[in-house]
Formats: sequence, C-alpha cells, structure tokens
Amino acid sequence: MTASNSASTPSPDSPMIQVEGLNKWYGDFHVLRDIDLTVARGERIVVCGPSGSGKSTLIRCFNHLEEHQQGRIVVDGVTMTQDVKRIEQIRRNVGMVFQHFNLFPHLSVLDNCCISQTWVQKKPRAEAEKTAMEFLERVQIADQAHKYPGQLSGGQQQRVAIARALCMRPEVMLFDEPTSALDPEMIKEVLDVMVELAHDGMTMLCVTHEMGFAKTVADRVIFMDQGQIIEQAPPETFFNNPESERTQLFLSQILGH
Amino acid sequence: MATRTEMIEARRPPDMRRGAVGWLRANLFNGPLNSMLSLVAIVLLTMALWPLAQWALIDADWLGSTREACTGEGACWVFISARFETIIYGFYPDAERWRVDIVLALMALLIAWLAIPRLPAKRWVGLFALVGFPVLAFVLLLGGHFGLEAVPTREWGGLMLTLTVATVGIVGSLPIGVVLALGRRSQMPLVRSLCVVFIEFWRGVPLITVLFMASVMLPLFVPTEVEFDKLLRALIGIMFFWSAYMAEVVRGGLQAIPSGQEEAAKALGMGYWRRMGLIVLPQALKLVIPGIVNTFIALFKDTSLVLIIGLFDLLAIIRAGLTDSNWLGFATEGYVFAALMFWVFCFSMSRYSQYIERRLHTGH
Repeated sequence: MTASNSASTPSPDSPMIQVEGLNKWYGDFHVLRDIDLTVARGERIVVCGPSGSGKSTLIRCFNHLEEHQQGRIVVDGVTMTQDVKRIEQIRRNVGMVFQHFNLFPHLSVLDNCCISQTWVQKKPRAEAEKTAMEFLERVQIADQAHKYPGQLSGGQQQRVAIARALCMRPEVMLFDEPTSALDPEMIKEVLDVMVELAHDGMTMLCVTHEMGFAKTVADRVIFMDQGQIIEQAPPETFFNNPESERTQLFLSQILGH
Repeated sequence: MATRTEMIEARRPPDMRRGAVGWLRANLFNGPLNSMLSLVAIVLLTMALWPLAQWALIDADWLGSTREACTGEGACWVFISARFETIIYGFYPDAERWRVDIVLALMALLIAWLAIPRLPAKRWVGLFALVGFPVLAFVLLLGGHFGLEAVPTREWGGLMLTLTVATVGIVGSLPIGVVLALGRRSQMPLVRSLCVVFIEFWRGVPLITVLFMASVMLPLFVPTEVEFDKLLRALIGIMFFWSAYMAEVVRGGLQAIPSGQEEAAKALGMGYWRRMGLIVLPQALKLVIPGIVNTFIALFKDTSLVLIIGLFDLLAIIRAGLTDSNWLGFATEGYVFAALMFWVFCFSMSRYSQYIERRLHTGH
C-alpha cells in the first residue's frame, strides 16, 4: 500500500490504537465528544459507563462499523479514512466480538471460522480448517465444530464468536458487551476464555459491566458518560479511589447490589 | 390341586394406535362428532368425485386415432393422443423434432442432477446448466449452424415453447431480481434511483401490455433493417417484468436479516460482494424460498399469455386444436389436459421448494 500518511511496518512500541479529538453525532445528538485515547500494544482496557454513554459507539469506530465526523483514528499505524480498501485493511487486523454473537446461522461452527480465512485471507481450505480447529480447541468447543450455531447455547456461541475473530489472527480484539446477552450461568465460561486471552498478551478493549473481570485483567479502566471519557485509571485506583463524582455514583450503583 | 390366589393379569389390549385402523381411529373417528363429520365429508367427496372419475377414467375412450373411436359417454382422450405431437412440438418440422427431444431430455437430466443432493460435481453441472446448456439449446432449437436446418421461432410451439419461455423467465428473473433488490438498498443514490424506477415501472404495467408493447410498439421505434425476433422480444419483456417482482420478494428477505450479520462480516474484513454473496444473500434467499417459488409458479402459468401476441404455447395450441373441424366439441378434454399439464409442473416446483426448505433448515 502507499505509505502516504501511515507507516507500513509499525514499530513495536508505537501505539496499537491512537485516537485524537474524536467527535461523532447521530443527527443532532452528540454521541462522542472530544475523545483522546492511546492504546498500547498488549494493553487490556475495560470501558464502562451507563447505557447510552457512547462506549459501544466508541469501540465500533475503531473498525469503522460507525463513522466518525471529526478527529483522527490510527489503528496499527493505518489512519482511518473513507477509503474502502483501507477500512478493510484495518478490519483484518481488528477482531470483534458482539453482544448478540452474530454467528452466521447458515454455516456450521467450523465454516463460521473458516469463511473469512478462505475468502478474505485466501488461505487454502485445509490450512483454514487447521487454524479454526486450533482456536476452537482453545475456547474448548472443538467437539461441536460440525454443529450449527442454532444448536449451541449462548455461552458456546459466544466462545465460537471469539474463536472466529481469533482465526483472522488480529492484532487487537474489541469486545462489545460480550456477556450482556448471556444467562448468568454461562457468563463464566466466556469470561474464562477472555481472561486466558488477556494472559496471552492480546491487546483487548472490552466494553463490559463485569467489574470482576476488570479488576483481574484490566491494565486500565475507562469510565464514560454522555459521550465523554470522564476518568481513566488502573483498576485499583479506579475502584478504590475514583476521582469524579459521576464515577463514584456509577460504581455505587453497580457494585451496591 | 394347585390354586391361584391372584387373578391372572389382564393381557394388554391389541394396539389400536397403529396401522390403517389405528390411523382411521386417530384421525377420522375419534369421537362421535368427528365420526359424523368424517362420514358426511366422505359422502360429499364421493358424490363430487365419482362423476368426475366416471367421465375422466371409467367411461373414457383411450384408444384410436379418429373421432369415431369416441363412442362412450366419457372423455375422449383420443383427441389429445391424436394431437399429442403437436401439443409437445407445435409446428416444429417433423424431421427436426429430435433436436427438441435432445434439449428437453438434457434439461430434465440437468434439473434432476441439480435437484438430487447425492449426485456429485454440482458445481460443474450447475455451470454447464447456466452457460453451456443455453448456448447448446439455442443452437439446436434455432438451427442455421453446423448443417442444422434453420427453424424460425414462429414454428415453435406447444409445450416446448411454454418450457422455453418459462425457463428463460425463471433463470433470467432471479439473478436480475437479486441485483435489483441489492441496488434498491444501495447507499449510492444513482444506483438506488435507477433500480427503484426500473422496478416500479415494470411492476406497474400489466404483463399483457408489456407483451403488446414488445410485439407491436418496439418495431415502430427501431429501423426496419434491424429485425428483432418476436419470441426474443417477448422473452425479454417477460424476464424484466418478473425480475421486478422477484426484486421485491428478495428485498423482503434482505430486510429480514439482522444488521448484526453484516456487521460481523464487515468486522471479519469482508468487502461488499462477499458480505452479500456469502452471508446475507444465502440467508435472505433461503428465507424467501416460498415467495420465490410463488413467483416462479405465477410466471409459469402466465407464459400462456404469449398467445395474445400470436405465439402458440401449450394452451394456445390446444385451443387451436378445438377449432379443427374434424374434432369439434372436445373443449373440455382440451382444457382439462392443459390444466393438468400446468398443474404437474407447478405442483412439482412447489413440492421441490418444500423439500429444499426442510433441507436448508439449520435453526433449532
């Protein structure tokens, strides 16, 4: 690609994601206000905040599922523009896990994991299957590889979704409320997979309400409200000595029960 | 003497839930009211169907070649068998009918091959069916090349013409419809408006008007040296007309696919055509199989409208037979036979679509 405003081989200590002065509107509604954020390689960040605070919108901007109107986003050295080729290049480096899993119901679990490898990365089918089985093994669901998503439980589906994203060997993983649509007894199996992933050094951005997860694995917790980053701190500081009143109020509400 | 202190255990009653008797009990005679209703229904059905069976089967005349063979009270199927060849081939020259036979046989073979899941090499057979077969059929049916005598389309007719029109319509309207449906949902204003205008124009005009325009009006606008075949014009009209309907059926399916599917495909780095071709369309088309087949069936039946521009399809050729002075008075037989032929094709499509729906079902 042309290296006009993006380095072709980002150095290891360049940030994974860099956001400067990000603003986004839905019509008149100002969803994201002046967001500045730098995510280092290997960093694990948890984003929390009340609903409607723009946290999902923020991470969806990082792979252009949402378009921003102002500011600059650089992912792995590539600056986000309107150019479709460039967007697709960024997306190949960014894995995403959705609240509602979004598995492809017409494809088997194995095919869900292979389809993008064979069609986007142009890998031979055998190699794609090998990679897929490797990651399905890691999320402990390899024995269900030939079933269809509709035959799996929510927790199993979400683990497949994680494996599917990992099959593309992304540099960074975005989690958009991965456990919010799950029954309580299935949350743990998904969180376990995410914790393991974090220990392997994957760069992760998680929008979640699982404060236990934030305490154990996050390097940094970001609190958002009304489209702004109100506070960001390592988990010990964030949970024990939150600075802003809004953070304190939020924490008392979700940790109170 | 040995005495028993307990009663011998009762034997299980014979199982009345299985077999023909069991089925009758469970479905027709489970209770006095249902039994009565069943009896009434059986009596009414017999009263209605018996005369029909008597006319069509029992009292009917099957053998012979002239109208003198029809002496009984019932249907005169000799009328059909005597003109059977014309019904199939229209006015296609006798000596060249083997060409039609080859095309029809090959078509049946291809459809069967593609329809039966166990047979291998679907991709290649499908490719041949879509690319090789139309060319081959075109060359064979029309002739004029490779030493084949040319048979102009005005000599085509009967079932062969009906199948030609229906096949071209079906094979053409689905892909055009899919493209139009995608276009109508496009982000690009120009593409979107073009598709909307196309769909709304063709959908807003009666098919008869389309056919009239194709056969009468179009020649007025093009120079006389350029000669469009009448059948070709009708085919294009029919294809566009039905692709507009197909587009709306497919759009309904596209609408029903949650946006998360496309987002997931985007997040995996897929471009527009891969997202549509691999993720959205397979699900959307599966969802609207009933609507698609509905349109196919309507298309198949409406092929008989080509008779108004002077093409002799299956129905028209049978109608033409009714005016034959040797065979006056057999209109019922003609229409019943035409209806039966149409019904067989449409019913097959319907059954096959139901089978496909069951086969593609992956939700649980």
